[in-house]
Amino acid sequence: MSLLHVAILLPFIAALLIPLFYRWTKKLHTGWLALPIPVILFIYFLTFIPKTAQKATTATLEWIPRYGINFTVVLDGLSLLFALLITGIGSLVVFYSIFYLGKNKERLNNFYAFLLIFMTAMLGVVLSDNLIVLYLFWELTSISSFLLIGYWYHRERSRYGARKSMMITVFGGLMMLGGFLMLHIMTDSFSIREILSNAPSISDNIFFIPAMILILLGAFTKSAQVPFHIWLPDAMEAPTPVSAYLHSATMVKAGLYIVARFTPLFAISGVWFSVISIVGITTMLWGSVNATKKTDLKAILAYSTISQLGMIMTLLGIGSASLHFDSMNDNIYVMAIVAAMFHLFNHATFKGSLFMVAGIVDHETGTRDIRRLGGLMRIMPITATIAFIGTFAMAGIPPFNGFLSKEMFFESLTEIIHLNLFNLESWGIILPVVAWIASVFTFVYSMMIFFRTFAGKTKPYLLPKKPHEASLGLLAPPVILAAFVVGVGLFPNFIAAPILEPAVKAILPTLSHASSFHIHISFWHGFTPALFMTIGVIVFGILLYKTRRSWIPFISSKVPKAFRIGKTYDNGMFYLEQGSYRLTMYVMTGWLRTYLNYMLFAFIALILGTLFITDSLNFDFANLTQITLVDGVLAAVVFVTLIGIMFSRSRITSIILLGAMGYTISIFFVIASAPDLALTQLVIETISVVLYLLVFYHLPQFSNIEEKPKLFSTKTFLSIGVGVAVTLIALSAYDTTFYDSISKYYIDNVYKEAAGKNIVNVILVDFRGFDTLFETAVLAIASIGIFGMIKLRLTKRRKKNENE
Amino acid sequence: MELLMSILIGLMFAAAVYLILSKSLLRIIIGTAILSHGVNLFVLTMGGIKRGNVPILGIKATSLYNDPLPQALILTAIVISFGVTAFFLVLAYRAYQELDSESISKTRGHEADDE
Repeated sequence: MSLLHVAILLPFIAALLIPLFYRWTKKLHTGWLALPIPVILFIYFLTFIPKTAQKATTATLEWIPRYGINFTVVLDGLSLLFALLITGIGSLVVFYSIFYLGKNKERLNNFYAFLLIFMTAMLGVVLSDNLIVLYLFWELTSISSFLLIGYWYHRERSRYGARKSMMITVFGGLMMLGGFLMLHIMTDSFSIREILSNAPSISDNIFFIPAMILILLGAFTKSAQVPFHIWLPDAMEAPTPVSAYLHSATMVKAGLYIVARFTPLFAISGVWFSVISIVGITTMLWGSVNATKKTDLKAILAYSTISQLGMIMTLLGIGSASLHFDSMNDNIYVMAIVAAMFHLFNHATFKGSLFMVAGIVDHETGTRDIRRLGGLMRIMPITATIAFIGTFAMAGIPPFNGFLSKEMFFESLTEIIHLNLFNLESWGIILPVVAWIASVFTFVYSMMIFFRTFAGKTKPYLLPKKPHEASLGLLAPPVILAAFVVGVGLFPNFIAAPILEPAVKAILPTLSHASSFHIHISFWHGFTPALFMTIGVIVFGILLYKTRRSWIPFISSKVPKAFRIGKTYDNGMFYLEQGSYRLTMYVMTGWLRTYLNYMLFAFIALILGTLFITDSLNFDFANLTQITLVDGVLAAVVFVTLIGIMFSRSRITSIILLGAMGYTISIFFVIASAPDLALTQLVIETISVVLYLLVFYHLPQFSNIEEKPKLFSTKTFLSIGVGVAVTLIALSAYDTTFYDSISKYYIDNVYKEAAGKNIVNVILVDFRGFDTLFETAVLAIASIGIFGMIKLRLTKRRKKNENE
Repeated sequence: MELLMSILIGLMFAAAVYLILSKSLLRIIIGTAILSHGVNLFVLTMGGIKRGNVPILGIKATSLYNDPLPQALILTAIVISFGVTAFFLVLAYRAYQELDSESISKTRGHEADDE
């Protein structure tokens, strides 16, 4: 147990304690209790920056060592980048939420407990080296996200959003678990580092591609890639600090983390490159186009998050091509990975600040609908400035950090055309074109967010509240984030060397040997094709923004139904529920006969199927005993009584015939040299008949409820089937004895050991006395049951008496 | 003999199933009684009706006895099936008292729950 373990579990422990302290500190906002934890963790992780640039820190805590499942943490560059984002933005979000959530009307202890559990889960995901532990924390993020989305559980939309995100992310999580287990089967290890070092040896295993696809499903569902993006817009029902933290900066990047982490393993295959690039670029386009038609600020931001995640995913896809080249020094595709990490950082900063801005606008005006907002620039100048920085960074305009990462994105994409790999010479041109279109739409919705909220005329009559500038506490966290947006934009190398370099080296392990590798983001000067693409984005973006009234209605109304993935999900869930309900109603009729039909049919099918498929029908008539006249007569009597019972229409006939059958069987026992059986059968048959008569005296004649006997009905089919099956078993089983009966022992020892001469009786009370004991118990229970049934009248009779 | 018994047992099973699938509670109970007879004969037949001696020492000076183990098993089975049949009979009687019908259509699960 090292400090790193404590660091991961600290928020969780705090989450357990906060509800306790909450009761004692009624006057204090609970957020102040939670705030120190992410701050301390952030500082703690900052101290790792110099160390991590050299080598990764590891620590192990044994959990289930027998199965190789240990709580091993590895802090390398990639994990550190994520850990800093999680704790840093976590601190800001907790601070923001103190001013955002009212002290008296919210259940704050729940809120902070969930949030801190989420923080533990997220830190666990990015720091775990063990697949199973990673999966554990992964699902914990799903669960805590579910709790946070459904925080206002009295709202129907919140519950819907929480359920939807749970269904989709847990589906992905389970798929990922399958992929992890396949990795374990291939490498016999749960440790990610060991698996990565085994990468070349498993690349032609049959589980390699399935494991890749399953793990990618997990990553895509978590990171809201098309078509699994549908949960993210609905997750916007969560309180805004949650949206800012989980659904823009941290949790949705867990999928990106998984993709980056497993790049050294799976990038060997071209499938990895194609799947990630295509899904990423599709998501980017889909998210950016859909964002333009939304009118709710948070919905726009949700689709914009989807789009930006798609962009980072694309970059990771392109970057995976770098593994196919030996030389790392002049490898241009490494820059894609750098761009991915850089944009991941940038996106967390500007998207976090934009969500906080959306929260402020909501908090101060009472609405997030951009059709009702406008002209807030004069009323809320600081908020407007933050929004300006955030949106322009998102649109990729200098001098903000989004510009740099977008430039690097375009550069990587233009390089892809020259990629002499995976047949990319021919269709590689599609990627930059699609990315460019998506960037134009990104520009448009970014401008919509800023100009429709803060520019133009104020519409005070449309606003539920009189708007005014937010309090300092609400403004401080987005200001800090905006400062990062500007600062990183102007001085990118400030974070490049200490944070991005180790992260890229962690993704591309072969790179760590290349000592000459250094990231130099300042290279953005110069007239590259990427610069012209950006100019094109701005020009076309302005054009599209000016003409938005003519084309946005077209997008929102003319999109074919097949592309409405959210609708498809809803219908799917509806029909799943309906279908299983109908199936249950159809199969479970409530009639005893239906169930008997199922059972008997299964019995016949299984017996006859087994007999014929395994070819076990064998009749050996050599060893049969002779049929005497008595046997024939007795069999004939039984047969006649059977027919009589089946077709009798009066109960007395049935009872007498049943008795006759019982006595005939006792004669069978006589000729089979079984005197005890014959005696018992006689006595019991007599008592049974008496009992039948006694009970039937109180029952009506066979009422006319029976249907007419039909030759072809389920009933006849099943009864004949059972009869045939039993006969066939009897015939096949008879005389297939492979060894002698153990009765030899009984016969030999009955007198010697047990001092008895009646072998059957000695077996019953001596050799196998336990059978007899419990058979007696059965009789006792039956008699007590009968007594109870007759005596105990709790409901019906009493009711009747009261009515009379 | 075993051939004859096998066919007879098959017939008994068929008749028992036919009765168990009927709508009247009484017929169902008769069906179960026939079924247990069939099973007893099945065990006896499979143990071999080898016309040996009655499995009691000292009646005849022979060592060829009929197999005693199936007989002990059947004896147990007879008693247990008797207990169960008796229970079923009283259950049917009580069901008739409560539901005023001996048709199993009255014993459908959720209808009874509605009361």
